[in-house]
Amino acid sequence: MSFITGRKFINQEALPHMWCQGCGNGTVLSALARTFEQLKYTNEDTVVVTGIGCWGKADDYLTTNALHVTHGRALPFATGIKAAKPELHVVALMGDGDGTTIGGNHFIHSARRNIDITAIIVNNLNYGMTGGQFSATTPHDAITATTAFGNPERPFDVCALAEAAGANYVARTTIYNGRLLRSSIKDALTKKGFSLVEVISPCPTQFGRRNKINPAVEMLRSLRDKAVTKDVFDKLSAEEKDNHILIGSLVNKDAADFNTRYEEIRSKALQK
Amino acid sequence: MSSRLSGNEAVAYAMKQINPDVMGAFPITPSTEIPEYFAQYAANGEVDTEFVTVESEHSSMSVCIAAQAAGARSVCATSSCGLALMYELLYVAASCRLPIALACVNRALSGPININNDHSDSMGARDSGWIQIYAENNQEAYDNFLMAMPIGEHLSVRLPVMTCMDGFITSHAVENIELLETEAVRRFIGEYNPENYLLKKENPLAVGPYDVSPYYMEHKVLEAEAMKAAKTRILEVAADFEKISGRRYGLFEEYRMEDAELALVLIGSSAGTAKAAVDKLREAGVKAGLVKIRVFRPFPGEELARALAGTRAVAVMDKSEGFSASGGPLFAETRSALYDLQERPYMINIVYGLGGRDVKTEDIEKVFARLAAIAATGEVGPLYTHMGQRSREEIA
Repeated sequence: MSFITGRKFINQEALPHMWCQGCGNGTVLSALARTFEQLKYTNEDTVVVTGIGCWGKADDYLTTNALHVTHGRALPFATGIKAAKPELHVVALMGDGDGTTIGGNHFIHSARRNIDITAIIVNNLNYGMTGGQFSATTPHDAITATTAFGNPERPFDVCALAEAAGANYVARTTIYNGRLLRSSIKDALTKKGFSLVEVISPCPTQFGRRNKINPAVEMLRSLRDKAVTKDVFDKLSAEEKDNHILIGSLVNKDAADFNTRYEEIRSKALQK
Repeated sequence: MSSRLSGNEAVAYAMKQINPDVMGAFPITPSTEIPEYFAQYAANGEVDTEFVTVESEHSSMSVCIAAQAAGARSVCATSSCGLALMYELLYVAASCRLPIALACVNRALSGPININNDHSDSMGARDSGWIQIYAENNQEAYDNFLMAMPIGEHLSVRLPVMTCMDGFITSHAVENIELLETEAVRRFIGEYNPENYLLKKENPLAVGPYDVSPYYMEHKVLEAEAMKAAKTRILEVAADFEKISGRRYGLFEEYRMEDAELALVLIGSSAGTAKAAVDKLREAGVKAGLVKIRVFRPFPGEELARALAGTRAVAVMDKSEGFSASGGPLFAETRSALYDLQERPYMINIVYGLGGRDVKTEDIEKVFARLAAIAATGEVGPLYTHMGQRSREEIA
């Protein structure tokens, strides 16, 4: 009996990876590699696009084709690839800083365009690599390097943003919920149209340390205790909802994707 | 007062003493610490600044432009790709004549991605209409930032000022530093009272509207005239600064140039290394000297020509490539500046230190050895070379 290990998608020579102890990135990378294997993807038909940040380093450890681009711009690069070569599996790996803060504009437009890209946003609630500054998903009141006494702003609900903008598939999970992580990545990869998996992940080095949630295992316990599915979440009071994480598949529909609509217009134009 | 600070902390401390009205903040290595230190000052109530954490450098510079247009002093810090992301706004800030002060911590501009020092980021912005002042060390980084506002805000100038220091080498290394008393700083920089600003009741103002062809060029000429006027203003401010600090600054620093026959021209922290090499060569009887460019914009062409007029061979060392296929930007401008001299020294260009490639005193000595050979034989050899490559046979 053989097991799915995802090993052939991991560049063994680049290991050990550079992520901190207790970081969730390795868990997500492992789930991604295993899902690639499960879906029988190959290095030749898969392109991973990353931006800048800790999770943006993921391409270093993958054997697929990879395009490592500028800060916040993974999605427009991925859009170029998918538009030119619709047969490729195009996966954009971004953090919350990369995907929803400096690159937030591209995020909503990729979802609006419903282009067949799988976006995996590992949300660790701050800019980890540059030293733990506030991002667009930093909770209100949280301490970061640039919000020394608490964040005055409100965070984005990344999944609601993708849903409102028109994504075909939206799911949220945490790195504690390993099975859901795998199944969400699989559903996102196989869905035609824009798919988002938001993975809530601990950053013990920057976020945990400043917000007194440590050691790293405490951050994992916190994810375990806070993560609830929709049936439970819906019964919570508004106040309780603020302190919980809604996980599971949140949007699953089949609106025509960008390439399909583009081909429709093209064939109409050619008939004239 | 004496202290020990990193370059980043020194600049953040200068900002604290200035107590600006607004800071647009976004992190990027290696300038990140500047807004971090400043966030602490703001949170502790040590400054009255509106500290605005935004989602990109494009936005941090936009915040500064709007604030400055409304009559508020605004400051910012960035590096590399961050400066590149500000690019269109750099031109807007300069053409709207908004004297924003930006600390640029020099880092290689992608790609390939690299976080270490060279000057490709700020050199890319050299024609944006910003005054550019470069520091050799932490002390100069601190001093230059304090001088930025009196220079940029003066009526004859009204241009934004970028003070640059070398990423990690200067920004992260801790050095002894002399700090001014905050009261002295406040007196030195004074209040910012622009004639016109947004929401001024007596004189409603539109900032940044479309400029039609019959007027556009006049506005650009005014901007160009302001950059010319900046040279005088920079020297006036330096003279005032000397009175309160005892430290003297010019457009560039001449090191052992009195009777120098062989000279280097370079920018930034490498000057420290070059000075050590010059001292060593002087002991051996070589008439070596150094010109360290402090002000790159406005470019001190005439002054530089005078400083180099007596030399026999000059190496201009560029810490950015430029891709002109005929040498780096500092070389192009220095060589052009010397064109009107009756007798010109031989000149070569050496591109070095890209993406953090180290430069040692021995490397500088090799450059001087080449200059000595050129002066002796009149044979210049290759005009434009890259120093310290691992894959090529060494040409200094």
